[in-house]
Amino acid sequence: MGDFSQVETTEAAKQNPEYAQALTDLLFQLADDDFILAYRGSEWLGLAPHIEEDVAFSSMSQDMMGHAVMFYEMLEQLGVGKADDLAQLREADAFRNGILVERKNGEGDYNTDPHYDWAYAIVRSYVYGLYKQVRLESLLQSSYTPLALVSRKMMTEHRYHLMHWQVWLTQLANSTDEARKRLEAAIEKVWKDAGELYQLGANADAIVRCGLIAGEGELKQKWLTLTQGIFEKAGLVWAGEPGVPEQRGRHGQHTPELAQALATLSEVYRIDPAAGW
Amino acid sequence: MQTQMERSDLTENEKMEAFLAKIDRGGKIEADDWMPDDYRNQLIKLISMHGISEIMGALPEKEWVPKAPTLRRKLAIMAKVQDEMGHGQLLLRVAEDLLAPLGKTREDLMNDLFAKRLKFHNVFHMEAPTWADAGVIGWLVDGAAIITQSMSLDTSYAPYARALHRICAEEKFHAQHGESIVLELAEGTEEQRQMLQEAITRWWPSLLMFFGPPENGTITSNQSANMRYKIRTQTNEELRQVFLKKYLPRIFHLGFTVPDETIHFDEEKDQWVYQQPDWEQFKQIVKGNGPRSAHRLNLRETSYEETKWVRDAIMSYGRHVG
Repeated sequence: MGDFSQVETTEAAKQNPEYAQALTDLLFQLADDDFILAYRGSEWLGLAPHIEEDVAFSSMSQDMMGHAVMFYEMLEQLGVGKADDLAQLREADAFRNGILVERKNGEGDYNTDPHYDWAYAIVRSYVYGLYKQVRLESLLQSSYTPLALVSRKMMTEHRYHLMHWQVWLTQLANSTDEARKRLEAAIEKVWKDAGELYQLGANADAIVRCGLIAGEGELKQKWLTLTQGIFEKAGLVWAGEPGVPEQRGRHGQHTPELAQALATLSEVYRIDPAAGW
Repeated sequence: MQTQMERSDLTENEKMEAFLAKIDRGGKIEADDWMPDDYRNQLIKLISMHGISEIMGALPEKEWVPKAPTLRRKLAIMAKVQDEMGHGQLLLRVAEDLLAPLGKTREDLMNDLFAKRLKFHNVFHMEAPTWADAGVIGWLVDGAAIITQSMSLDTSYAPYARALHRICAEEKFHAQHGESIVLELAEGTEEQRQMLQEAITRWWPSLLMFFGPPENGTITSNQSANMRYKIRTQTNEELRQVFLKKYLPRIFHLGFTVPDETIHFDEEKDQWVYQQPDWEQFKQIVKGNGPRSAHRLNLRETSYEETKWVRDAIMSYGRHVG
């Protein structure tokens, strides 16, 4: 991280245009990652393998949506725009989430003939969750005090999510042949996108220079070490260096799956964004 | 200390007498207590239907969860529908204990649902085509549910009573959640008000049907048996009147109407006089032939079948480590 001195308030952040821009760019990545994956989680509602899991998964998606809201509200306080507008009125190319979180849950629409892949849900949630853990730990040292504070709060909830996904990973890896095969296929699919998670986008240098978060190299190393340990403990073959998707989500390039998700999640709000809902 | 009911040397008739005397004294029955088969069957029917209705009831709202219009509404409706699933879970566990002596499990309930042998509430067979429907479901359907469930808070079957106490407490938040959506729309633009009026109109017959046919209706009902067993304390019509008295003035106060031009309050009889919904249609709906029955059953059945490998894996893991 850079040696930027601590920025205690929103007002102080706004004083320095370079700092404010770097902070804004980072916050969009944080907000959009959680927002889109929470949306994908909400599409699973009523479709999980058993009712207990439906309740648990839904609870975690809510937490994640809650985190996204906190990040969007920080952007609102910075004067970037109204939180609801930021979440629902931007076009896909303004989103800075990684491609991994925007991928569909499986074939079909959430409401019409969904054929969702539970193995993919587990692996995606866990791999993203492990990166989020590393990211939140780094944010505890962020030069932007409000971000450090909010990250501490999120970590207490996030810890339980990781425990949940670890149980799933261990169970599926050590049960039936079919589960093992499905799990391995899901890991392969997730791994093709996972190498983008720790990227910090076009403004990466400034983000790090401003002391907002650790550099990509450090984030990557910590995340890979953590993930490798967990996968090997579950008896899974380590997949090695993660791939990067064709589109660069942190630069605003996305798959049509994001545009479709945005159209769905903003459908009602867009009827009349000026109205009260 | 053994109570008279638990003594094994009593005849079935004596056990039955002791059972009825106990519930008449306000005594409560626990899962392991002796109970007449008929009582057990009534409970299984009631509680499994209630439980599965909570689960199927998540599906119409599920349609609106990803689309909720603001971040706050997104959080609120996710929490709300999660609660409904949690209620389903709680109730199915109560039903499972009752089913256990019969050698049946949750899987049997799911299969009964798919085969349309296990019914769920009429309201959850209906379409919910707009965001206003999500509001009306929270406000009026949950409001109706609170009325029927509150009646059973003092039910003679203790495990059901305990589940209902928790459920009712949460349902009150749901009704507030629904009311909040409805009020926002009611105070909103012309388009929003119209959306709300259409939803109220659409849900009206279903809301009347929710409480079930009146005593003299054309469908035989288990009301009397359930009242004798102290599983419930009020008739369908009494409950419907409670609902009408509570909600009709509110609907009118907001400037909305219901699709019944002759509806009026009879001061002398102290009740609302309304046009009966089509009870023949009701019968069809709860049989699984409502407008969205097939769609929602298909949604649940497909996901249940396609995640069978997951449940198998959990069982297998349990055997490995257990």
